[in-house]
Amino acid sequence: MSEDRVQRRIVVDRFLKGLVVTLSFVVILPMFFILYFIVRNGISVIDWTFLTHLPKPMGEAGGGISNAIIGSTMLILVSCLISVPIGTFAGVYLSEYRKGRFPYFSRLSLEILQGIPSIVIGIIAYVWIVVPMGSFSALSGGIALGIMMLPVIVTSTEETLRLIPDTLKEASLALGVPYPRTILKVILPAGLSGIVTGIILGIARIAGETAPLLFTAFGSPFMNLNILKPVNSLPLLVFNYATSPYPEWHALAWGACFVLIVFILSLNIIARTVTRRWKVQF
Amino acid sequence: MESTVLKIENFSAGFGGIEVVRNVSLAFERNRITAIMGPSGCGKTTLIRCINRMHELVPGAGFSGKILLDNENIYDTEPIIVRRKIGMVFQRPNPFPTMSIYDNVVAGYNLNGLRIPKGDKDRIVEESLQKAALWGEVKDSLHRKGTFLSGGQQQRLCIARALAMYPEILLLDEPTSALDPKATAHIEELVVQLKDTVTIIQVTHNIPQAARISDFTAFLYLGELVEYGPTEKLFTVPKDKRTEQYLTGKFG
Repeated sequence: MSEDRVQRRIVVDRFLKGLVVTLSFVVILPMFFILYFIVRNGISVIDWTFLTHLPKPMGEAGGGISNAIIGSTMLILVSCLISVPIGTFAGVYLSEYRKGRFPYFSRLSLEILQGIPSIVIGIIAYVWIVVPMGSFSALSGGIALGIMMLPVIVTSTEETLRLIPDTLKEASLALGVPYPRTILKVILPAGLSGIVTGIILGIARIAGETAPLLFTAFGSPFMNLNILKPVNSLPLLVFNYATSPYPEWHALAWGACFVLIVFILSLNIIARTVTRRWKVQF
Repeated sequence: MESTVLKIENFSAGFGGIEVVRNVSLAFERNRITAIMGPSGCGKTTLIRCINRMHELVPGAGFSGKILLDNENIYDTEPIIVRRKIGMVFQRPNPFPTMSIYDNVVAGYNLNGLRIPKGDKDRIVEESLQKAALWGEVKDSLHRKGTFLSGGQQQRLCIARALAMYPEILLLDEPTSALDPKATAHIEELVVQLKDTVTIIQVTHNIPQAARISDFTAFLYLGELVEYGPTEKLFTVPKDKRTEQYLTGKFG
């Protein structure tokens, strides 16, 4: 190869390297811009009153988002109560029975469920729960979110348990431990970190969902602890207030955005910590 | 006096219709070490996994014939009961990663929900670790995770875990194949000491190991029992030509 061509190669190599680094940098920019924007607009409204008081009627300054924080918490609890037990047990089943027609169909259904637009899940929950019960409610919203969370939990449980060596199960069975006990006391504890991480990431995924709540939890300006009544949630509050014409409400919406983002970021950090700290060495 | 503790009668086993063990009949003597040896794929692991009913857990597994423990067919007994009477140690050490050394030893009790007083538990842990020649090394770190131990120590922990259930028979499935020579020697010594308390059936593809530690040896080839007898006899005057060829390294 001539000197010239080697020189050219070196230049092209440098150029491509520079391009790759620049593009990786571009990828992280949106996140920083979003964070910066939300912090700048949101942090000024955050104080103790904001977190513990109800929203004021339109036109009045001040007020808080306590009802939305409580509402979001209720929705998350309801959805976890539904999807955590179903999701982990389905995950155990799928990791134990890897082949066969039914597991295949079950996995396929989960993939499709994951792809269903959240607004459609909201409408289904409306038709199935809100209409028969005659009222918007935290329960219906929680069920809609639970359905959205299910595929995340099943998939992470299945993948975690698949990585546990079969020799561990044999060790337990060879001691005369019945199969169900082996699953509950040996296999699940060994996969705990992965399962918990999956649940936390599932919560992070649904915490910001708005669409499925529009016709289920509906939103409410009041404090409500009854799961059969409509509740507010952080994303619903952001949606309702940000589209209103009142600047005071815009400020509340920014504040709620900030709280939501901090919550989701913390969940992601906790999930990473759990994965690292609780890791089981085989 | 020799007394038979376990008897295999006309036993065949396989996967998905393919026979891996063919019509094997064998009798094991109490408080003796019996080695089952043979080249890879001869069915020796499948055979001993039938003895504590682990074989049937594999999808597609099939078997026929009888295995009698104290004259009772183990296939007429609940597998859970069989496995408590016939302990097993596997090729790779597999201590429970979420449990301490202490909890690993009494795992057979804890996992089965058998409640025993703390004092008895302490005694079982010490006794089992003593028998497995591990007590001296771990007595000050009983509450550390079992997975911190070296490979050889982990394997002795697995032996202690099996012994803690006071089994009649201990099955060892190539227990030293994942270990270095020093750890191997340690386990061999230990196995010889253990025969006073428990009958040992060990699978190995290590010919010198079978010669060193076992009282009886069975030679399995292509799923068939070729020869079975006292180790000394089988190694010095093998009756079958195939045994002789295997021992002299002509195949395997």
